Amino acid sequence: MSVNVSMTVNGKPVSAEVEDEMLLVNFLRDHLRLTGTHVGCDTSQCGACTIHVDGVAVKSCTMLAVQAEGSNVATIEGVSDGETLHPMQQAFKDNHGLQCGFCTPGMVMSALDIVKNNPSPTEQEVREALEGNLCRCTGYTNIVRSIIAGAKEMEAS
Amino acid sequence: MAAAEPLNTGIGESVTRVEDSRFLRGHGNYVDDIILPSQTYAVMVRSPYARATVNGIDTSAAMGSGGVLAVLTADDFSAFGGLPCGWQVHSKNGDPMTEPKHPILAEGAVRHVGDPVAVVIAESKAEARRAAALVDVNYTEMSPLIDMQGAVAGSAELVHSDTPSNVCFDWELGDEAATEAAIAGAAHVTRLELVNNRLVPNAMEPRAAIGDYNTANGEHTLYTTSQNPHVIRLLMGAFVLSLPEHKLRVIAPDVGGGFGSKIFHYAEEAIVTVASKLIGRPVKWTADRSESFISDAHGRDHLTTVELAMDANGKFLALRATTLANMGAYLSTFAPSVPTYLHGTLLAGTYTTPAIYTNVKGVFTNTVAVDAYRGAGRPEASYLLERVVDLAAIETGIDPVELRRRNFIQPDAFPYDTPVALTYDIGNYQATLDMALEKTDAAGFEGRKAASAARGKLRGRGIACYIEACGIAPSNIAGALGARAGLYEAATVRVNPTGSVAVLTGSHSHGQGHETTFAQVVSDTLGIPIENVDIVHGDTGKIPFGMGTYGSRSIAVGGAALANALDKIVLKGRQIAAHLMEASADDVVFKDGQFSIEGTDKSVGFGDVALTAYVPHNFPLETLEPGLEETAFYDPKNFTYPSGAYVCELEIDKETGVIDIVDFHASDDFGNIINPMIVEGQVHGGVAQGVGQALMEGAVYDDNGQLMTGSYMDYCMPRADDLPNVTVSNHVTACTHNPLGVKGCGEAGAIGSPPAVVNAVINALGDYGVKHIDMPVTAHKVWSIMNANGN
Repeated sequence: MSVNVSMTVNGKPVSAEVEDEMLLVNFLRDHLRLTGTHVGCDTSQCGACTIHVDGVAVKSCTMLAVQAEGSNVATIEGVSDGETLHPMQQAFKDNHGLQCGFCTPGMVMSALDIVKNNPSPTEQEVREALEGNLCRCTGYTNIVRSIIAGAKEMEAS
Repeated sequence: MAAAEPLNTGIGESVTRVEDSRFLRGHGNYVDDIILPSQTYAVMVRSPYARATVNGIDTSAAMGSGGVLAVLTADDFSAFGGLPCGWQVHSKNGDPMTEPKHPILAEGAVRHVGDPVAVVIAESKAEARRAAALVDVNYTEMSPLIDMQGAVAGSAELVHSDTPSNVCFDWELGDEAATEAAIAGAAHVTRLELVNNRLVPNAMEPRAAIGDYNTANGEHTLYTTSQNPHVIRLLMGAFVLSLPEHKLRVIAPDVGGGFGSKIFHYAEEAIVTVASKLIGRPVKWTADRSESFISDAHGRDHLTTVELAMDANGKFLALRATTLANMGAYLSTFAPSVPTYLHGTLLAGTYTTPAIYTNVKGVFTNTVAVDAYRGAGRPEASYLLERVVDLAAIETGIDPVELRRRNFIQPDAFPYDTPVALTYDIGNYQATLDMALEKTDAAGFEGRKAASAARGKLRGRGIACYIEACGIAPSNIAGALGARAGLYEAATVRVNPTGSVAVLTGSHSHGQGHETTFAQVVSDTLGIPIENVDIVHGDTGKIPFGMGTYGSRSIAVGGAALANALDKIVLKGRQIAAHLMEASADDVVFKDGQFSIEGTDKSVGFGDVALTAYVPHNFPLETLEPGLEETAFYDPKNFTYPSGAYVCELEIDKETGVIDIVDFHASDDFGNIINPMIVEGQVHGGVAQGVGQALMEGAVYDDNGQLMTGSYMDYCMPRADDLPNVTVSNHVTACTHNPLGVKGCGEAGAIGSPPAVVNAVINALGDYGVKHIDMPVTAHKVWSIMNANGN
């Protein structure tokens, strides 16, 4: 059955007719063409699809699009100021916190959520808070460094 | 004139990555991100059985399902060939390996869970998925062959009924008689049986492919998650679909990790290519993760018995390794090369062992194909060697560091011919070992061990000294050993009229950062800012040719091709500059972006030369063509030989058996380094996969051939809080035979780390008298050992 769904995505109101079974991640990727949110698994383990719904980090493969009705959704595409990277994105670049880039949007969205709840996390706190995000390239060392550096930069600015 | 600002984007600089900005803003362009006009969606129907006959397929219900455009089975692919194997190994009796057909879709039989049987194409993925469930396949299930020892038993049934046995090849290397004699006469022989556990590569981006047939010009375009688009074009075009190269374009855009699993030509690539022409619309297939687990080629999966013979002083006399290597149900693209020429040839390691013999049987089983995974054969060689050396140290009471030192090939012994066919060009194994010991405070270990004990922890320390061979080469040797392709690389340097540069490279970046490192080579050579350089890769429509990225070959082979093409640019630039300065080209030198005549103040900039090349007014047309674009093909003279020493220190919780790696240091010799930041990242990632293999990961099949570890719920991927901070150091002995003096760094971490970790575990458990624990060394295994021994 197709249903109407309306929400705000990266500050812009959007509205569409979608199948009631459509996952939020597919709505973002296929309908809105916001393909920065990735699908890396089918068991909600990898975190590549992490976005923010009403300010909270959510794996967008765990929600139906219709469940986001009326919500305020933020994806990786809304994080930077045009070409100017957000301090957290810049920290990932400066600390080589990404390689193939596939897990990266989810990592950045999780990082922002971690720092929101804990503005100056320790290494161990970051490692534990990243339990919902898989990376196969970096071994996490530089992701952890990036998040700690990004947190410092965000606190300073 | 003020001196130009020095460029800081050359060789040796930790330049931040050019590609990061798009990835960080969600603007990467991966295959599944592409939606072509009127695109349709393919979903595979896969075998739920490991071994069965397919008696019939009823597609009528699926065809009647909403949105379905086609349901295709093997009958629709009868005009095409099977998926080819790119490397032919010969058995020790001279016979070529057994090469059963690998059909695109199952032809009357299925041979592993996940074997594709049919494909449904529909308007949407949801509709295709619904219809796929309605495809009615009539199977007769048979008892599968899962474990290798069972499969090679004389009475075993056959994975492929048209083959004489389940042994694909029975290969040997080295001097069997000399090795036997040395073992028989040795003062001490250490013997070890070990498993190199089967791994699932699990690049974070699942495989995907889009076929797009253009009815106007008859051209096929395949978008695919590949590490080597030209290889896919060659294999699929020439051997499977009989499509000429000029009618087949393969594009591998941003690819989200490969680790080997995206080298190979997979059935889905041929399926979407054929299907697009059949239905006249683009066809996209994207794997679910569960599907990746049962269709991507797996890695490792060896059963080995190794014997190391020593004299009374601990000098190695001989090594013998007998291995069963799982091929899975079908031969994947490079599968036979992995346990043979990428494994047996590395069994000398860093040591002077004079007699070596290895026998490897490749075995068919009813499991997913096994092929190259990060390191590909070399991790298996490094693991068996560094484990048996460590066990020998325990048995003889010689310190493991000292035992290795006594047997190292010395720095003045290069070039060094090993007894297993390789010639190492250069190295200094002592240097990286010394560095690793110093960085990890070897002297302070006993103190740390006592402190750990006071907290109820068993502390262990393990070392491993690895060597690997990168950039498989040269083509004539590889060809003689069974490679059905050349192993060179190509690069074109296109200087634009205003002095910016495009590099068209056959190497492919799927995380390695070539858009930065290759640009650094250009920046360094031509003296231009990195912003003026564009690295183009991953499109057979744009790049002349290339063999792609695997085996840590990109900088050693692709980078060398680039360096040679740049040399040609400079050579021609000197001729143009000589003309502009009315001098002889022999007198023109090129440095920091300026062509000048030595001993004079005459000079012209690179940009002026580029412009002159394309605006050839007053140009010496009789001796020089206009334009500034050069191509080089580079075929290496030898492998490169990265080496290093890894140290792992860990604690085992006595109550639970949980292992915590508290220090991990990698000391590597990669030759010259283009970008230290990127190289460090490559080592981090390799070590993570190696630690994953050592402690967590393992693909497990049950007796029915069901993959019990078929999702991230069951297959234990390392997460951030499972892994240590890895530190690195480097010693440089520059490769002697390529223009950049580089060796490659992509796989080392995964090669050196598993034995370092397992050696540390065995060291920690020293009081329990345990000789060996097979990977993955889980807390349960450790706990069981501690408790079985009356803890």
